[in-house]
Amino acid sequence: MNLTLKIWRQKNANDKGKMVDYQISDVSPDMSFLEMLDVLNNQLIEKGDSPVAFDHDCREGICGMCSLYINGEAHGPDRRVTTCQLHMRMFKDGDTIHIEPFRAKAFPIIKDLVVDRSAFDRVQHAGGFISVNTSGNTQDANSIPISKHAADKAMDAATCIGCGACVASCKNSSAMLFVSAKVSQYALLPQGQVEATDRVLNMVQQMDDEGFGNCTNTGACEVECPKGISLENIARMNREYLSASFKG
Amino acid sequence: MWFGQKMIALYLCNHNKINHIMSGILSSSIGRKFAMAISALFLMIFLLQHFAINILSVFSPDTFNEVSHFMGTFWVIQYALQPVLIFGVVFHFVMGFVLEIKNTKARQIKYAVNNGGANSSWMSRNMIWSGLTILAFMLLHFYDFWVPEITIKFIDGDMSGLIDPNNSESGFRYLEHLQHKFVDIWRVALYVISFVFLALHLLHGFESAFQSVGANNKYTKGLKNFSKIYAIGIPAGFIFIALFHHLNQIL
Repeated sequence: MNLTLKIWRQKNANDKGKMVDYQISDVSPDMSFLEMLDVLNNQLIEKGDSPVAFDHDCREGICGMCSLYINGEAHGPDRRVTTCQLHMRMFKDGDTIHIEPFRAKAFPIIKDLVVDRSAFDRVQHAGGFISVNTSGNTQDANSIPISKHAADKAMDAATCIGCGACVASCKNSSAMLFVSAKVSQYALLPQGQVEATDRVLNMVQQMDDEGFGNCTNTGACEVECPKGISLENIARMNREYLSASFKG
Repeated sequence: MWFGQKMIALYLCNHNKINHIMSGILSSSIGRKFAMAISALFLMIFLLQHFAINILSVFSPDTFNEVSHFMGTFWVIQYALQPVLIFGVVFHFVMGFVLEIKNTKARQIKYAVNNGGANSSWMSRNMIWSGLTILAFMLLHFYDFWVPEITIKFIDGDMSGLIDPNNSESGFRYLEHLQHKFVDIWRVALYVISFVFLALHLLHGFESAFQSVGANNKYTKGLKNFSKIYAIGIPAGFIFIALFHHLNQIL
């Protein structure tokens, strides 16, 4: 496959940045998208150019590190996959592929396609945890009865890998799908009840402070989420938040 | 005395608590969307009631006149419900603009290529534009009906509702006023276009309001189907009324 790549290049956070065209040939349809970028970077290094900076880690679709806005969609045109699991067979010979970083005020660009997603960490720190006594008399989690339905829902929410595709896809750069998944995974379990009120209030407050937008229920986040996190979680977070607000 | 003081203290305490909760809610993203949804649900109930009265003009003109006179002169509606309605409308528009401005600020550099159609409906991405069209329509609608009504009742002081206030045999003016407005084909065209945009707004807004208040459960699928019936049915009904009165007069 021969492809034209239009890639966002930006030297650092203060640089204005621009789209730069690259030609790449002999791309195998079996390559992953990141392997294709590896090939491009080898060519750039051989020519003495600066390689394209992009985030990646496990390359197995579970770490949430890779990102990229490919042809107008977070993680590209395939569904339920991260960019590292996106394969070049999704494209055709001669295609032009636009590659941009995840864009949001809360995700400032560090370099090229690498963005700072530490806003998610700060939201998580604000309440995405439970306090457990670890002094030696910790209760066995398996001794606490949990319905299959609740356990399944909590597990579904917990599969969020925090990649930020929801923010990138949302026309408002809203982080509500991510935050609601983190709120839900605890709200559904008995272990999460003790800190439930503070958790949702603090996490939503931190989300707003980071500069994410308001959810307008377009549903784009749910469609683009590589883990299929459901909008049900946002509705649950809304209920949790309103209930917590009235409890004070 | 003691009971009175306790009641006043309880009122002040609750009043402060409610103020605290409301200001807290409206300063958060979830609170704002909750408030937006509540105002939307209120306006959708009003729209249904408005349609129910207007359709009477087609099937029972006399009943339409009588109900219109009741709605226009009963003090509870005029002095209690009408201000609530005006507040609801203004709040919904102002909050819509506030949210749009905040959301625009949340992404300062736009994507060079964005394939929004791949993951969301046109209606959900363009609520501000369908909303602005409805706002423009409402200005025309107020100019056509609300301003003349208020002028006749509260400036001219004529609360009779009659075509000729000095002739009790002249009959109510409401249907005549409505028919007169729908003679002009351009006004009818503007109404029809506006109702199409209202349908587009409701196609996303109806189910979105329920999601915002936290209702996403086993009834959501049925609710989505009902929302489509409401979102298309009510504006289509208003279009039918406008066309009926236009065609009834020119044919």
